[in-house]
Amino acid sequence: MFFKEAHAAEMLVAGSEIAHSWDLLWNFLVWLSVFFFILVVGGMVYLAITYRAGSKHKPKYITGNHALEALWTAIPTILLLIIFAWGYALYGKMIHAPSDAMEVRVVAKQWLFQFQYPDTGRTTINEVYVPVNKPVKLVMSSEDVLHSFFIPNFRVKSDIVPGMYTSVWFEANVPGKHQVYCTEYCGTSHSQMMAQVIALSPEDFEAWKAGKKFDSVPRAGQTLAEAQAEAAKIALKQSAPMSLADQGKALTEAKGCIACHSADGSVKVGPSYKGLFGHEVELADGSKVTADENYLRESIENPNAKIVKGFQPVMPTFKGLITETELNAILAYIKSVK
Amino acid sequence: MTTSSHSNYLNHSKGLWSWLSTLDHKRIGLMYLFTTLTFFLVGGIFALLIRLELFTPGQTIMDPNTYNRMFTYHGAIMVFLVIIPAIPGALGNFIMPIMLGAKDVAFPRLNLASYWIYVAGAVFATSALFLKGADTGWTFYTPYSIRTNSTVILVLTGAFIAGFSSILTGLNFIVTIHKLRAPGQSWSRLPLFVWALYATSIVQVLATPVLAITLLLLMMERLLGIGIFDPKLGGDPVLFQHFFWFYSHPAVYIMALPGFGIISEVIPVFSRKPIFGYKAIAYSSFGIALIAFIVWGHHMYVSGQSELANFVFSLLTMAVAVPTGIKVFSWVATMYRGQVRFEAPMLYALGFLELFTVGGLTGVFLATLAVDVHLTATYFVVAHFHYVMVGGTIMALLAGLHYWFPKMSGRMYPEKPAAIAFWFILVGFNVTFFPQFILGAQGMPRRYWGYLPEFTLLNQISTFGSWLLAVGFVYIAIYLWKAMRNGPVATANPWSGLTLEWQTSSPPPHDNFANTPVVTQWPYEYRVEKA
Repeated sequence: MFFKEAHAAEMLVAGSEIAHSWDLLWNFLVWLSVFFFILVVGGMVYLAITYRAGSKHKPKYITGNHALEALWTAIPTILLLIIFAWGYALYGKMIHAPSDAMEVRVVAKQWLFQFQYPDTGRTTINEVYVPVNKPVKLVMSSEDVLHSFFIPNFRVKSDIVPGMYTSVWFEANVPGKHQVYCTEYCGTSHSQMMAQVIALSPEDFEAWKAGKKFDSVPRAGQTLAEAQAEAAKIALKQSAPMSLADQGKALTEAKGCIACHSADGSVKVGPSYKGLFGHEVELADGSKVTADENYLRESIENPNAKIVKGFQPVMPTFKGLITETELNAILAYIKSVK
Repeated sequence: MTTSSHSNYLNHSKGLWSWLSTLDHKRIGLMYLFTTLTFFLVGGIFALLIRLELFTPGQTIMDPNTYNRMFTYHGAIMVFLVIIPAIPGALGNFIMPIMLGAKDVAFPRLNLASYWIYVAGAVFATSALFLKGADTGWTFYTPYSIRTNSTVILVLTGAFIAGFSSILTGLNFIVTIHKLRAPGQSWSRLPLFVWALYATSIVQVLATPVLAITLLLLMMERLLGIGIFDPKLGGDPVLFQHFFWFYSHPAVYIMALPGFGIISEVIPVFSRKPIFGYKAIAYSSFGIALIAFIVWGHHMYVSGQSELANFVFSLLTMAVAVPTGIKVFSWVATMYRGQVRFEAPMLYALGFLELFTVGGLTGVFLATLAVDVHLTATYFVVAHFHYVMVGGTIMALLAGLHYWFPKMSGRMYPEKPAAIAFWFILVGFNVTFFPQFILGAQGMPRRYWGYLPEFTLLNQISTFGSWLLAVGFVYIAIYLWKAMRNGPVATANPWSGLTLEWQTSSPPPHDNFANTPVVTQWPYEYRVEKA
């Protein structure tokens, strides 16, 4: 089991040309560091043991050596300048998106990412669909505090700052799901603020734009065998169809609901699902309402209409972001959490 | 504490009040030592809780809101109440005036005021623990720090107040080093620990006021809504980061330089060899202190600052590695053709070299623009600065604590337990923090309460390492406490050191020296005639 996990920990893939260039520089730095580590720490251990008290060597009075000192000033200086220039050159490529890049707007808020496609006007949450082998530029802004958009597989990252636009760009050359993290601390559910870049073949991307669903895209970088094994698992699951409540549970994970709403009764930013359905809820103005289907629907589509006592009006609206069938699944799930 | 018969600073006067109101730099140094070590214990407990929570990907022992407070307390306490004041406040206060052959620091009353200002700051900062806490991280980034409804204002006030302690100590040390050197102690005969404290003091005096202004502005932003950092009021949240790092990057060297000074003392004494490249080591401290002021932007490569700024900051940051490298090479070269002994101070100095080398080399990764874009804000950064701050500063503090323990307490610590504890700490540290480099390179972000399942194994190794570290630290506390009470009585100069603190009795008398010492030679004049 340990080996399996260790293997899984090497799931970082180089999902773009820039990622490959980055890996080259990284490898250079790693081997250079190994060399200097052996030089310094190996040298230290060697000298400490060779010249230990009681050894045969005759001690000598030495206070310095100008040639040696010049050498260990000059060589690191030259190496550091090379590293700097290499790093800057690659950085230039990382931040300047090609002019023909496809643009997607990103709005970050505690604790989700919302994506807007300029051409179709379509909006998604925590999933951004892109075509492979085409540059994509994400132009990002924040509704509340600092966030950061980090796609390890593409080796790119940028903070998202309220009051200004920042951007990242990438050209995925590996299809599949690429993990996205928020990497600027943003409060309670910072560690659940994640998203996926879903890189599709150009044909699939056109199909997605036309409305086709891509619910079970494999993780990027999976080998053929792994992908087949996972596909088999999915097929097995599909042969025993998921209940509506199970579909709803999966949706609350995908849409980021669980960042704020727990299913175990623990209080996060919003009220828990546990024991919610059919029970009375006290609102901020002191009035009471029963959590029925229409109340839950309103709380998802127009969250600020009724605020539960003890909570802040911070939830964004999901109107238009969740289909009727998805809403049914989510309500079925909330009902099932007793 | 001691039973030695001669009159010394410990039995000079009696009673709690004689300590709390003392003007003796040695007693003030000890008070700093006990206070900072107490906070080290508190900050360490938070660290253990953090690692315990990260033992599993989901919730282990606490919810996210508690976790966010834990890493804030851990960071704020360790930075502001432990690492910044520990070496200058405790070892600097105790040893530096004696190294100069002085009776005390230049302004003893100010020195006592520094201590109590530090305590006042600590009281404010830690009082937040008992109220709604603080959940901003030790960096207080805006606008989150403006919006959160935790009691962040108390922590800000605490750090603000503690800053004045740092400024006044720096001022005191600068004047002391300039005016109170013994006859014959020219600048080129100054011990390197004093050089390092001098460079540190300059940074403290010049940089800390900027932190004070920044924290004050943030408090005004929270209380009055003045609109400097709050984007909703037209402010600039990135400006806060510039202000914050303008202090907090130099602060990294406030934390590191005094440790360099300790290593520069310990290695020659235990190698019986002159320090290699005395001038290069002394000047490189100033080189580092100077560059420290112009590299703050390397914390902000992905913050939205301009490409030009990133170009300049990356280039300047590379320059830090040169003087740092000179120091490391010189320390290693000092052992060449010496007679190396492996008592605890030397073990910690060698451990320092191992950990600090890793910390320094990984610093080059982070200075490199393209590489940092991927690594910043991941566990790679967490690992890097723990290698520098704990592997560097805390290892140096432990080296200094064992080195000067006989001088401060008048007793010897036991060598064998010290060696055992050293190995627990060295191994425990590497087991805790090396996996975090891999986690970061794989993409695991820092300040995450939960993580994806594929990161589980490395996190569990790291947590296991934190237990080894805890064992090491508890063991040190136990044997040092016992040694302080009834260890063998120490001679005046157990390590055969040449700096002035070894030329007076252990523990030193109230006035440090019976007669003002006269310095006639360089402090690293180690000549071993017989092999």
